[in-house]
Amino acid sequence: MSQRRRRSGNLGVIAPAEPAPELRLWEALNLALDREMAQDDAVFVLGEDVGLYGGSYRVTQGLWARYGEWRVRDTPISEGSFTGLGVGAALVGGRPVVEIMTVNFALLALDAIINMAAKLRYMSGNRLAVPLVVRMPGGVAHQLGAQHSQRLEHCFVNVPGLRVLAPGTPQDAYWQLRQAIRDEDPIVVLEHELLYFESGPFDEQAAPPPMHAAVVRRPGRDFTLIAWHRMVQVCLEAADRLAADGIEAEVVDLRSLRPIDLPLLRESVGRTHRALVVEEDCLFGGAGAEIAAALTEAAFFDLEGPIRRVAGADVPTPYNGELEAASIPDAAAVVAAVRAALEQAGPGA
Amino acid sequence: MQRSLIRQFYRDMLLARQFEEAAAEQYRQGRIAGFLHLYPGEEAVAVGTLRAADPGDYVVSTYREHVHAMVRGIPPEAVMAELFGRAGGCSRGYGGSMHLFSPEHRFLGGYAIVGETFPVATGVGYWLRMTDSADAVLCYFGDGAVNQGTFHESLNMASLWKLPILFVCENNHYQIGTEIHRHSALAEVHRRACAYGMLGRRVDGMDVLAVYEASREALAQVRSGAGPFLLECETYRYRGHSMADPASYRSAIEVEELRARDPLASLWRKAEAAGWMTADERRAIEAEVTAAVDGAVAFAEQSPPPTELQAGVYARPLDLYRGAP
Ligand SMILES: Cc1ncc(C[n+]2csc(CCOP(=O)(O)OP(=O)(O)O)c2C)c(N)n1
Ligand SMILES: [Mg+2]
Repeated sequence: MSQRRRRSGNLGVIAPAEPAPELRLWEALNLALDREMAQDDAVFVLGEDVGLYGGSYRVTQGLWARYGEWRVRDTPISEGSFTGLGVGAALVGGRPVVEIMTVNFALLALDAIINMAAKLRYMSGNRLAVPLVVRMPGGVAHQLGAQHSQRLEHCFVNVPGLRVLAPGTPQDAYWQLRQAIRDEDPIVVLEHELLYFESGPFDEQAAPPPMHAAVVRRPGRDFTLIAWHRMVQVCLEAADRLAADGIEAEVVDLRSLRPIDLPLLRESVGRTHRALVVEEDCLFGGAGAEIAAALTEAAFFDLEGPIRRVAGADVPTPYNGELEAASIPDAAAVVAAVRAALEQAGPGA
Repeated sequence: MQRSLIRQFYRDMLLARQFEEAAAEQYRQGRIAGFLHLYPGEEAVAVGTLRAADPGDYVVSTYREHVHAMVRGIPPEAVMAELFGRAGGCSRGYGGSMHLFSPEHRFLGGYAIVGETFPVATGVGYWLRMTDSADAVLCYFGDGAVNQGTFHESLNMASLWKLPILFVCENNHYQIGTEIHRHSALAEVHRRACAYGMLGRRVDGMDVLAVYEASREALAQVRSGAGPFLLECETYRYRGHSMADPASYRSAIEVEELRARDPLASLWRKAEAAGWMTADERRAIEAEVTAAVDGAVAFAEQSPPPTELQAGVYARPLDLYRGAP
């Protein structure tokens, strides 16, 4: 683990020569950007403090020195217009990667994302392309207060024209970002603030899965837990605890929220007959509601009980640390929900 | 000034006027639906600025953009068919009056959210600068749009990075029914340029020759690498904001005063006096324009409707419930 990070000079860019066995998630994103920028001059990144400073979460570290200010552009605090700048550049041949410092500020860029990026191909009668990537970290971190601790999954999954990715491991972050940059559609990449400094196995040579494919992180026969981002870790912890009682939970990392990999979910539920969607975003009207509804429609006759959701409380995130922790799902809540569901007799029981 | 250019201006403005009046008629007959924002009175702005531009320049316009599209070479047939919502339209019937697009004419819309043209143009300008292109961008917007945050944000970035953008304010003195002194603390839009350290000036937007000359100078500056330019064209719209607006908020006298400065009539007076254009030439242009507008309506009427609901939501068809192909 200690020798895994190699820097070229003091630039902070991961040296291409030695593929590392393990990376932190920010490093994987950094390497993905570096690879795509080296390969295609049309790729450029912009956002607040992405250049000289190296990115709030270090994702763009070293790129400014390597590619110069025109391809790694520090912007003023103008989310609406620099995201719209990305749209304009994408229309004429650019492949911009816009970094919005956190999802909280993306609310100021929703017009550019929803009214422009997502609609331009369709409104133009399929004559324009918007190959734009907008990356943004979100989620509840550590006591940042209500205006800095939210999730916007619900905002983006309902928008025709957008694709929405939610990588949660370095390996996924690397490939999904590279695939997103090469894609012809506008793509929102949701990242999680608490995952940037998490390490995970990384193999650049391994064949990348399709950009929107889900993956089973832990197999199990009794119950399907569906999650993304940090909630996958919460589910894995819950699965460990359930295993101690002989309940084998399968944990699915969705990785993509629009589109969703329903065939994989369907297959899993075909074996387990029960499912729980675990999301950090608020319960009411969240992405989890769509997943639960779609899976219910697809797998109703395989189910032994309703698909339930464990989600963030429908409150603005409180500052107090204990209340904050209580506002989002933890392993105990997942365990409790699984137990409650198993105790509830199904129609065939 | 070249005689051929004068005749071009006259033809462009006459086509603009007649096309828009024909669109109003088609709207009344129920063949055009939705919002329809027309341009009569403002012709000199689009014609003067766009005739000063090069073929390689990009254009980003608002929802009041039929004339800009036609001056850039999009055939009137394709514009009228788009208003009709037909497959022969320049956006194949998916865009409508407010969303005209044509990449091969470098015509990038057609934006119906006030203030969106600024960031789009800034992005195009950024790309041109990043790739050392000699082309420029013309960005259109109304007087009402300058109080949107994107105006401030985008002009700041455009000037900071010296992007090749001509910002053209079509100041018709109204944002729907609110007169400029009731919506702007500073009614002289061009003076806002100094807030972003860029050049700006005001020109009589009812005088196509003045607009043309000012645009040529401004575009030369923009292309020289001096950064963007804010050109305010003072103009007026004769009709209501859209076909839905009876324009009850202004007096008939005001409209009559402005009509006395009609850009077409005044160009003709000048051209005749200077011997740039004869009455015969004028009649020939009128006949040609009438035929073009009639042809546009006829084309739109017989153009088939689009049928594919899903085409173009994504680059390739996408099943939202099948992540893995
Ligand atoms: C963001 C936004 N707010 C409100 C509207 C509704 N609206 C459409 S046009 C318009 C007035 C715009 O005035 P101006 O910018 O002067 O352009 P003009 O119509 O006079 O050419 C308004 C308020 C809109 N389309 N977008
Ligand atoms: Mg106006």
